[in-house]
Amino acid sequence: MATQSADFQTLSRRYTADKGFRAFIQKGMSGYYKKRDLNKANFQDWQGARDLAAEIKYEAINHLDKYLLEFEAKITARGAKVFWAQNAESARDYILKVAEENNVRSIIKSKTMTSEEIHLNDALEKRGFGVFESDLGEYIVQLRKEPPFHLVFPAMHLTRGQISDLFQKELGSEPTDEPEKLTMIARAVMRRKYCEADMGISGTNFAVAETGMISITENEGNARLTTSLPKIHVALLGIEKVLPKLEDLSLFLPMLATAGAGQTMTCYNTMYAGPRQPGEPDGPEQLHIVLLDNRRTELLADAEQRDSLGCIRCGACLNVCPIFKNVGGYSYGTTYGGPIGSVITPHLRGLKNWKHLSAASSLCGACTEACPVKIDLHHHLLQNRRNGAKSSPNPLEKVSFGGFSLLMGHPALYRLASGLGRIFQPLQGLVNGTILDPLRAWTGSRKFPTLAPQSFQEQWKKDRGGKK
Amino acid sequence: MRISLFIPCFVDQLYPNVAWSCVRVLENLGHEVLFPESQSCCGQPPFNSGYWDESRSAARVTMKAFKDADVVVGPSGSCVTMIKVFYPDLFKGEPDELEARELAAKTHEFSSFLVNVLGVTDVGAKFDGKVTFHDGCHGLRELGIKSEPRALLANVKGLELIEMCEAETCCGFGGTFAVKYAPISTAMDEVKCASILETGADTVVSNDSSCLMQIRGMLEKEKSTVRSLHLAEILASK
Repeated sequence: MATQSADFQTLSRRYTADKGFRAFIQKGMSGYYKKRDLNKANFQDWQGARDLAAEIKYEAINHLDKYLLEFEAKITARGAKVFWAQNAESARDYILKVAEENNVRSIIKSKTMTSEEIHLNDALEKRGFGVFESDLGEYIVQLRKEPPFHLVFPAMHLTRGQISDLFQKELGSEPTDEPEKLTMIARAVMRRKYCEADMGISGTNFAVAETGMISITENEGNARLTTSLPKIHVALLGIEKVLPKLEDLSLFLPMLATAGAGQTMTCYNTMYAGPRQPGEPDGPEQLHIVLLDNRRTELLADAEQRDSLGCIRCGACLNVCPIFKNVGGYSYGTTYGGPIGSVITPHLRGLKNWKHLSAASSLCGACTEACPVKIDLHHHLLQNRRNGAKSSPNPLEKVSFGGFSLLMGHPALYRLASGLGRIFQPLQGLVNGTILDPLRAWTGSRKFPTLAPQSFQEQWKKDRGGKK
Repeated sequence: MRISLFIPCFVDQLYPNVAWSCVRVLENLGHEVLFPESQSCCGQPPFNSGYWDESRSAARVTMKAFKDADVVVGPSGSCVTMIKVFYPDLFKGEPDELEARELAAKTHEFSSFLVNVLGVTDVGAKFDGKVTFHDGCHGLRELGIKSEPRALLANVKGLELIEMCEAETCCGFGGTFAVKYAPISTAMDEVKCASILETGADTVVSNDSSCLMQIRGMLEKEKSTVRSLHLAEILASK
């Protein structure tokens, strides 16, 4: 078994055994559901909005060549530099090069999952740069030396008490239970970092081809400071983030806010169209746009699952996923957790080592129902299972389903087995729940159903005399 | 109407009463019920696990069994989804794709058939008890069945429906998922059962026996007095 798969089994077992933790996550989500539904109701037609969003994304993803070039031409004309990074390494190298060439010492970051994907912080720190996360949740997990727990809520797994303890230990602050006070403690540290930093690294929510702009949405104002105070701004984005028109944002901004955090609009929505222009008194002197492929083009080549490039990283699928809510973000071992992560990680990091995530689903479809851009998430899990069974079949499963297919493919054999089952069923009772019980994965927590004395088929035959 | 009954393999083996309940309800409404005996399994277990070749050989038995049927009705949102939604995918590009599509078009889930095809919401049933309803995911999200079972339950004399908070949350069964990832499946079952118990209902009802197997498995293990019944069993009660 691949390590990743074994790790998932171990971690998911550990997290599901912790009922207090599960209740904490469920409770956190229940507040989100209320706000999300309230804001969905503010849309004239939420389902219609989803249809439109899916259509716009379809257009963008199927014409990436056109829209990315248009975006590059427009933003370059205003002095930004665009770097096309084929993989994580080339993206990291480019950012390191910019930092070194400009004698950067301190770097401040606003929230960017794409930087997690390319393990940017590690690379920067190894070269001696000080790197500070400015998003409160990201800052908290950075202090704990943990990755984000959730795409949108990186520290949702921590209680106020845990955060207070962390600040006390790492920052020497007084213990407190008040969110406002905790925020002020982090803010006091952050303000200094903004002024010291000579490079700001941000993510990007959307890139607009028509106007050559990037759009960043946030709730804390930290991204604005990150992108405007330091003399260099580096914006990192996957190539799938481009939208054709500026007016598309009138749909996507409120949609992202509603699906992602249950808000009408995110507090701060900023557009960036280039570095400081001649005659402007402030803003960064340099703007670098790093467009990341990192196997996204392979996903683009998969006609069945291409729509998953439409993801706006809102996290709505995680929030409704009963698997995520019970195993938490760290069980996955991926940058992108939850249903969208289970779908795209096999494409981005290899099917063989990551196909287990597609198997770890009851295929309930809550994710697909929640997705604002209508990615066919749970059906993609099925396709990943099919692709995985084809490219590297599990020998035991292959044999079992071979037997199954023989049995079910021949109704006479099926009837014979149904008779044999009735003979052998009492034997299971002798070993029920013990290590000898072949069904113990079920019987450990659930009672196993008993076969009816006679199958319906037999009863029908007797009762209706073979009426077909 | 001549109705061919599609009885999923595990209902055949474990819950024949669910099948008989369907027979009774449909016959009481004046329809002729047929049961093609050569049916076995719809092929969902290997399909869901990724073994589509193996799935097709079981599915072909089902297709053959119902080739001449006018209309096919089954008491499981999940197995009906396999035929109605997934057969067209499974047989895409195969020589019998058309046959798969024909079967998909004439197959219906039991409650949806009663309400949407026959136009019946009152089958004259009587059941004394407080009931809560679990929406099986396949029926709910693949087939869009939500109001149909509730419309039928609303007309059962003596029955009080109490909705649970987590009605639309998966019970955690998911076929082989329930044993491959038993701890996760169990955690989901716990959430579901807690939500059922919270309603104070004495019976949990669903239109899917597979979900009920998972729910019942835990309720019985925990020695709960809450019963679990298939919708058809309620509708066949007098």
